[in-house]
Amino acid sequence: MPDSSELSTVVHLPPKRKRAPLAWVGNGFLLLVAALAAYILILNLIKNPVIFLQNVIDGLKLGMVYALIALGYTMVYGIVKLINFAHGDVFMVGAFTSFYAVSQFNLHKWPQMLFPAIPAGLSVVIGSITVILLSMVICVLLAITIERVAYKPLRDAPRIAALITAIGVSFFLEFFGALQFVYSPEFISYKSPFDTVSWYIMNGIHPIVAGQGTPDNTITFSNIFLIILVASVAVQFFLQFLVRRTKIGIAMRATSFDKSTARLMGINVDRVISFTFAVGAAFAGLGGVLYAIAYSSIWTQLGILPGLKAFVAAVLGGIGSLPGAFVGALIMGQAESLTMSYISTPMRDAVAFSILIVVLLVKPTGIFGEPAGEKA
Amino acid sequence: MKRFLTLAAIALVLMVAVIGCQQAPKELKVAILAPLSGGQPTFGVSTREGALQAIDEWNKNSGGVLGLKIVPIVEDSQCKPEPAVNAANKVISQDKVHYIIGEVCSSASIPVSRIASAAKVIQVSPTSTSAKLTVDDSGATLPYIFRACFIDPNQGKIGAMFAFNTLKAKKAFVMFDQANDYVKGLAEAFEASFTALGGTVVDKQSYDGSKDTDFSAILTKVKSAKVDVVYLPDYYNVVNLVTKQAKEKGIQVPFMGGDGWDSAQLDLKSAAPGYYTNHYSPDDPRPEVQDFLKAYAAKYKDDKGNPKQPDALAVLAYDATNILLTAIKNAGADNTDKVKAALEGITFNGVSGKITYDAQHNPIKSITILAVKADKTTPQFEAVVNP
Repeated sequence: MPDSSELSTVVHLPPKRKRAPLAWVGNGFLLLVAALAAYILILNLIKNPVIFLQNVIDGLKLGMVYALIALGYTMVYGIVKLINFAHGDVFMVGAFTSFYAVSQFNLHKWPQMLFPAIPAGLSVVIGSITVILLSMVICVLLAITIERVAYKPLRDAPRIAALITAIGVSFFLEFFGALQFVYSPEFISYKSPFDTVSWYIMNGIHPIVAGQGTPDNTITFSNIFLIILVASVAVQFFLQFLVRRTKIGIAMRATSFDKSTARLMGINVDRVISFTFAVGAAFAGLGGVLYAIAYSSIWTQLGILPGLKAFVAAVLGGIGSLPGAFVGALIMGQAESLTMSYISTPMRDAVAFSILIVVLLVKPTGIFGEPAGEKA
Repeated sequence: MKRFLTLAAIALVLMVAVIGCQQAPKELKVAILAPLSGGQPTFGVSTREGALQAIDEWNKNSGGVLGLKIVPIVEDSQCKPEPAVNAANKVISQDKVHYIIGEVCSSASIPVSRIASAAKVIQVSPTSTSAKLTVDDSGATLPYIFRACFIDPNQGKIGAMFAFNTLKAKKAFVMFDQANDYVKGLAEAFEASFTALGGTVVDKQSYDGSKDTDFSAILTKVKSAKVDVVYLPDYYNVVNLVTKQAKEKGIQVPFMGGDGWDSAQLDLKSAAPGYYTNHYSPDDPRPEVQDFLKAYAAKYKDDKGNPKQPDALAVLAYDATNILLTAIKNAGADNTDKVKAALEGITFNGVSGKITYDAQHNPIKSITILAVKADKTTPQFEAVVNP
């Protein structure tokens, strides 16, 4: 029989957190790689700051497009805890829609055709905006259809079923698009609704004229870079406003916090989820058009790599968090651009996906992530 | 009753099989493997048109070859190894062809050549220029494999000679697709020759041609390297992307390339000033060239309805098919060993030049250099160089 009169003189220390043996090998390796990367970057920054800055600008161009896609990933995950792998293909559909609008229907010229007196610059702007809006609308319709057909029936199923369905939808969009009567499997040379104009910076900003070179050690950028920058930042501000100040935004946050309680509170959860998919897809469509204008070649598997990299960006920033997706995408863009320049171009995909592995090993919730899955 | 029906069904199937078998010897099947889809569809369409033009002419003028009607079997091999291998296996085992015209791209032709050699099927590639096609890994010539075009070591050497001697370039920058044997082979040949002539290759940068669309980092390096010429021996779709981005960065250095540039879809505005080594020029006054141009324009129209001018791929497919059919006629039988011997000894005056074969089954021919100029709508004839 235990002696209950015996006093317990042992002070219970909190149990020491058991580290796996040889954990220092893994952590040490990561620290070594990080130190090497920092060393290469600083060395090249000092050696040639102009080229470094040029690479940063190119990285911003990529990163801002990834930000537009990553938003969709992060919002959808926040609301239904689903990684929508088909998002990259909605991006591809946006690019193709704008291509057909421009090349088959000449939609970017409609102000010129209906009102011949309109100045050319204004006509190009209105025409291009129309093309972009059309792509966004088509992407929204596509995403809502996908959600209703493929994801809604699986809302109460185990999450892996929805994940596999998302991958299936992704393949379907790619290979159905590759059929001859749809988009064709060729690499299509994209026809842009407006011309790309480039400038170089040297004692002021000068335009690059065709046939003349630029002086050495200058930074060049183009109008598409500015448009991507402005569009991406504007989208961020718009989404912050949407999520914090509007009724539907509050409904989205409530649904992501606790779906059943939100339903009890009178929120139409189905509509909120469709709306979330729609918003994400609209901006993916915008990103698709801008990416196609910047990199002038489209094909049905265009969305795979940017989609995966945007997914990594969303995880890096904390999946479920909007500012996190933006920051993560910027980091991914810079990592890709700097790797292309200072290591080698084929290594950039390796580095991009290594970032995913490192994030999951070191801080799986991401930079801004919180385990509760709150949105903004 | 059931057993009777089963026996009747088996008997019927056997009868059909036997009847089917008896129809074989009236025609000669020739398989055409070309990339009708994928990154380089103009290559495939041109190849098919050139080959079919040759077959039509033989069928019309000579009633086929050896009294047999020539039946083409066209398969899409997408310029990639796996679809090409699948197509080759299909035509060899299912359609039982003995002759293959194809493929266009070296990276697809090389695996097909291994299959064709094993099956004793003759393969004449119209445009695969990689030296590895007609020889196996130990350097021995594959007996049944031939080609109608010059090989990349020569092409790269001529490109380097042109850059050094005519363009007076002392420093070059080489860009190549690390995943493509054809591009890598040309880049290596250029680098070796250019350095041997006295020039310097300042930098070599690689990329993945099948999925990269962003070349800004490499082009930033090109700009800062201050070279006299950039050697980009890739296919026209990649050249379009790279040169467009180069123009946006303000790079005015001339670009040089190989026969992969030859396509109606080459973006001339971005690629100018540019030069590329090619198999023929439509400005060549020889009667073989002019007759073929007229016949081709009469038969094929482009998507605007205008008569089409053949590119080098159509010309080479035409020459390859004609060489094969001439060799079959000379051999006198549908026997691949006899046709092989006929091919080895042939002297053929084709649209792309006079073709005779060396010990590695490679033609000894001259190389044309075409120039891309901003103010012209088609590439211009620049020079002819003999190796």
